[in-house]
Amino acid sequence: MSIEQQAKGGKQGNIRYLTPLDIDTKQVKKYCRFKKNGIKYIDYKDADFLLYLVNEQGKILPRRLTGTSLKFQRKVAVAIKRARHLALMPYVGDMLK
Amino acid sequence: MNHYETVFILNPVLSESQIKETVQKFEDYLVSKGAEMIWKENWGLKKLAYPIQNKKSGFYHLFEFKVDGQVIAPFELEFRRDDSIMRYLTVKLDKHAAAWAEKRRERIKASKK
Repeated sequence: MSIEQQAKGGKQGNIRYLTPLDIDTKQVKKYCRFKKNGIKYIDYKDADFLLYLVNEQGKILPRRLTGTSLKFQRKVAVAIKRARHLALMPYVGDMLK
Repeated sequence: MNHYETVFILNPVLSESQIKETVQKFEDYLVSKGAEMIWKENWGLKKLAYPIQNKKSGFYHLFEFKVDGQVIAPFELEFRRDDSIMRYLTVKLDKHAAAWAEKRRERIKASKK
């Protein structure tokens, strides 16, 4: 039921709203922060930057949430695993709560 | 001559002199194998994100050097043999990583001045 039909007040007896409801369903375009800022290498040593890419339990955030491209998501994963190996980041933990 | 970067963690119970001596031992080992030491960093005592060998903290050290590929395996064997080393990680740096390490060094030198 498009908004125009609602505005015209379609006669098919379904619900007609006084003011047409327009929920903006268009998504904010996600971008890969590494490509945008021209970052070429993700350093496994600065753990506080890697904390942005990890959720509260310390798990790596998926691409659909962070919007990073596949190429950089792999580099992020490798960097986080190296940081975990060196105990710069926890394997599991409740850090950001 | 590949470009490598090694980070290793030393047992916190060691005395200051033992730490210096261990770090020196590894550096001499590398130089004896014909490595070109580029940069050394001592992050000092840092809290570990999770206990290793029931220790809550450790002395972090970083080496950046250029060496032939076949030296790395015996070098890591040295790490395994030495029990004061809790953990080590050797990483080969590609050109982006080397460029980043270069920038990082400049930043540290600038901040130190």
